[in-house]
Amino acid sequence: MTDTPIRVLLAKIGLDGHDRGVKIVARALRDAGMEVVYTGLHRTAAEVVATAIQEDVDVIGVSLLSGAHMTLFPQIIELMKEQGVFDRHILMGGGVMPDEDVETLKELGVQAILGQDTPPDAIVECVRALVLARQRTV
Amino acid sequence: MSAAAWTELLERARGGHVPSISRLISGLESRQPGTSEVLTDVYAAGGRAHVIGITGSPGAGKSCLVNALLGELRGRGMRVAVIAVDPSSSLTGGAILGDRIRMQDHALDQGVFVRSMATRGRLGGVSRATVDAVAVLDAAGWDTVIVETIGVGQDELEIVRIAHTTAIVSVPGLGDDIQAIKAGLLEVGDIHVVNKADRPGADRTAAELTGMLMLSDLRASGWTLPVLLTVALDGTGLPEFADALAGHLAWLRSSGELVRRERVAAAASIRAIAKELLIERIQDPAVGSRFDELVEAVAARRTDPTSAARILVDGVARPSDLNPEKTL
Amino acid sequence: MSATPDELTTLITDAVRQAVEDDVKSWEDDELASFLARHPESQEEYLSGSRRTVKRVYTPADVADIPWEDIGLPGRFPFTRGPYPTMYRGRPWTMRQIAGFGTPDETNERFKYLIAQGQTGLSVDFDMPTLMGIDSDDPRSVGEVGREGVAIDVLDDMDDLFAGIDLEEISVSMTINPSAWIVFALYVALAERRGLDLNKLSGTIQADILKEYIAQKEWIYPPEPSMRIVRDSIAFAAGRMARYNPINISGYHISEAGATPLQEAAFTIAMTRTYVQEVVNAGVDIDAFASRLSFFFVCQADFFEEIAKFRALRRVYAKMMKEEFGATNPESMRMRFHTQTAAATLTKPQPLNNIVRTALQALAAVLGGTQSLHTNGLDEAYAIPSELAMKVALRTQQIIAEETNVTQVIDPLGGSYYVEALTRDFEQGIHEYLDKIEALGGTLRAIELNFFQREIADSAYDFAKRKAAGERTVVGVNKYVDEGEGQKIEVHKIDPTSERRKIERLQEVKRKRDNERVQETLAVLLETAKNPDANLMPATIEAVKAQASMGEIVKTLEGLFGRYTETPVF
Repeated sequence: MTDTPIRVLLAKIGLDGHDRGVKIVARALRDAGMEVVYTGLHRTAAEVVATAIQEDVDVIGVSLLSGAHMTLFPQIIELMKEQGVFDRHILMGGGVMPDEDVETLKELGVQAILGQDTPPDAIVECVRALVLARQRTV
Repeated sequence: MSAAAWTELLERARGGHVPSISRLISGLESRQPGTSEVLTDVYAAGGRAHVIGITGSPGAGKSCLVNALLGELRGRGMRVAVIAVDPSSSLTGGAILGDRIRMQDHALDQGVFVRSMATRGRLGGVSRATVDAVAVLDAAGWDTVIVETIGVGQDELEIVRIAHTTAIVSVPGLGDDIQAIKAGLLEVGDIHVVNKADRPGADRTAAELTGMLMLSDLRASGWTLPVLLTVALDGTGLPEFADALAGHLAWLRSSGELVRRERVAAAASIRAIAKELLIERIQDPAVGSRFDELVEAVAARRTDPTSAARILVDGVARPSDLNPEKTL
Repeated sequence: MSATPDELTTLITDAVRQAVEDDVKSWEDDELASFLARHPESQEEYLSGSRRTVKRVYTPADVADIPWEDIGLPGRFPFTRGPYPTMYRGRPWTMRQIAGFGTPDETNERFKYLIAQGQTGLSVDFDMPTLMGIDSDDPRSVGEVGREGVAIDVLDDMDDLFAGIDLEEISVSMTINPSAWIVFALYVALAERRGLDLNKLSGTIQADILKEYIAQKEWIYPPEPSMRIVRDSIAFAAGRMARYNPINISGYHISEAGATPLQEAAFTIAMTRTYVQEVVNAGVDIDAFASRLSFFFVCQADFFEEIAKFRALRRVYAKMMKEEFGATNPESMRMRFHTQTAAATLTKPQPLNNIVRTALQALAAVLGGTQSLHTNGLDEAYAIPSELAMKVALRTQQIIAEETNVTQVIDPLGGSYYVEALTRDFEQGIHEYLDKIEALGGTLRAIELNFFQREIADSAYDFAKRKAAGERTVVGVNKYVDEGEGQKIEVHKIDPTSERRKIERLQEVKRKRDNERVQETLAVLLETAKNPDANLMPATIEAVKAQASMGEIVKTLEGLFGRYTETPVF
């Protein structure tokens, strides 16, 4: 098997247009040799899950600064389970969220939540580590 | 995954199971173990889809046009898949693939499948992976498979070899566009589309194109090359575009050109993939020490680069594989 | 026209300049050289927040080329030192804390609290569905209603929002863009419902759509119809609402998206030029509306650069309005602006540090001559501000205004060799960008070409990398980091029932209103919109009076205007 680039879907869900963070992440992941599929702004949970399936990405990264994370992440998780792809894609999140929400989301199955101060290199490392860990278990 | 597991995946893909289609494309793209065995079955199952190549310079609004075309073709009851190819960074191998942003209108439509692919440093934008992905989507029963490429130069020329119908998109007011077409695209287009035709200069661009086509000897083939005006944003000209695509397919069938193109496509695919395989083998670490010896020999002028290359190629190509006795 | 170079007054004579330069030379050779040999400086090069090189020390030689006419006096062209002749000696800036969450009732309560704490102006933060012109009961709004701001759908909501507040007495600023014209119509309709005099309403509506394409990404329609809407709002206010600012041209969001202070300043001026041109093209006299243009900037962390930025902006604007657009009334050349401290500088670790950051940024804004100010809550990196966080933020302003005496002297840093040189440097930098944008074919074309977007993305990425590499210190994040848990703070809790209550309220209004009347007014609006020269405001006001919702109004025009999709750049 050749060395296959990690594929990441970066999605902006909900109505907020704050894309400074997601763009920096996109660039950092690309510069680290990954393939980044970007959905653009204002997507719904259903659109993101459908896209993740078609693109067969390793990681779904959802950026959200609208405060609706406790509504939208559970929606994504439910849709992923419904379509039988919850184990196929690693779900990650980024944005401004209170600590207790972060804990709840992790319990629900969001594998990592990266706050606004996470350095680009740390994001790259986190993605790599999660993908590697999953490859070991598969 | 075992070969049997891939075969099972293909069966599910043929049954319309989208995650299986996606995984099969990924598996073939990264050449996971067991996938080469399933490829023959993939090809055996296909052969029905109309494969359309859409290309043109950056900024011509190709993704937007594909989005509008999706709407038009869906209205005609067709199931459409899109493969959007973008270049990988030659420096890092990474890529940001953003073509589907323009196609989100169809994100939840079960009759539309969109896959973004990066060139992953292959020669030419359209590579083995694209050819295989088209084959998977064809096998899975999609009526139309659109391959959208952005590149400039070689990529567009590659695309036409696997597409039944190639549409070249240009846009008014970009002088370079006509230049790009002059540089070789002109002869490969079956349909010419001037997008963003609500901009000033659209008629002139169309007239220039028509003029150039008149001068070429392409009309001899019997297919009248249409030059269409579209405004992807509001759907202007899209019915005509869809008609032209269908008309071209009908012509391909009635004229016997389809059979010829399938052959050309097969020949081009075999050649391109063979090139890729050869390069991969040459770059195989196992060849490394032999390669270093050859480098030394050329540097010391004990032999010349051409002879050294011949030794390298002969060494990795395993001529026994070309044995005419091998059943196909 | 301005004086020719020969007539301009230089600050120092050639003889003084020569003496200074000689002094600098000998100081560099003697004191400096021997000191550096023993104690090298910490960096090879020192850069400002805009990545411009700053010198070790500034002298009269650095300001020798700046004519006195460019510096001048407050309240007089080119307004470098302030828009008014008395500035804070007359009255301090307006302390205007933005607030908004949940239902209109909940926000109304917060407004009353802030007024009781001594706040002198209101500023409304809307939730995302309202900002995007989507109704609370739309499926796209799920989870976002009342979340990041207050949810407004219909005229009754506006009434609830300002219940018990006299709108002729307090100025109200509303931060909203693509759907701003509808909120503006709601405000006018509310004033009429209450029998208020439109000429007595003071306040601002942001309505700055260009910076949405450039930076904040809240949009509905494509640029062309969107510009028409802005034009209509400005034209409607001209002659009817003497104290109301129908647009608030905003660099703030450009900065928050990652731009440098220079980019913030230059891009804002580029947008201003485009808006002004649009309204002038519609046949409105420059002096009839220019005095109602208002501005909004961030105050970032680089203290002196920010002060220079504000001074340079006033000067560039004044000269542009006078020399390029031929304004004759000095009020048309006087830039007035609101400032907000920089939310992007706030950190989640060690949140109490945010109080200090905000205080320093607020001080720079005051020294830069702002007309109104919002100081961020210390908890903004977590959630929308708690009551306590807002109180501390407001107290920060009150301490600056009433304890430090910085308000006694106007433009106290005017004449500082450093600040004057920086101001001029900024002015030149702005012009360099403006030339580039003109060369591309103007602001709208530059947006289409993704020029701004690419510039901002590059700056943001550059900043993130420098921060990660520790080149740019962020206390508590990449330096002086706490081990373990760190400080905990109480954050504002969203009432989980707000969303449901808001939706029920909207549906009740939709049930009770005269639906035929709604359809009629919407049909008139659509007809009006088809004529590009007609003003959309009166028809919109009629629609909202009939209790048509924002979402319905937006949808009515969507078929005609289309929707905008971006081409993102990274």
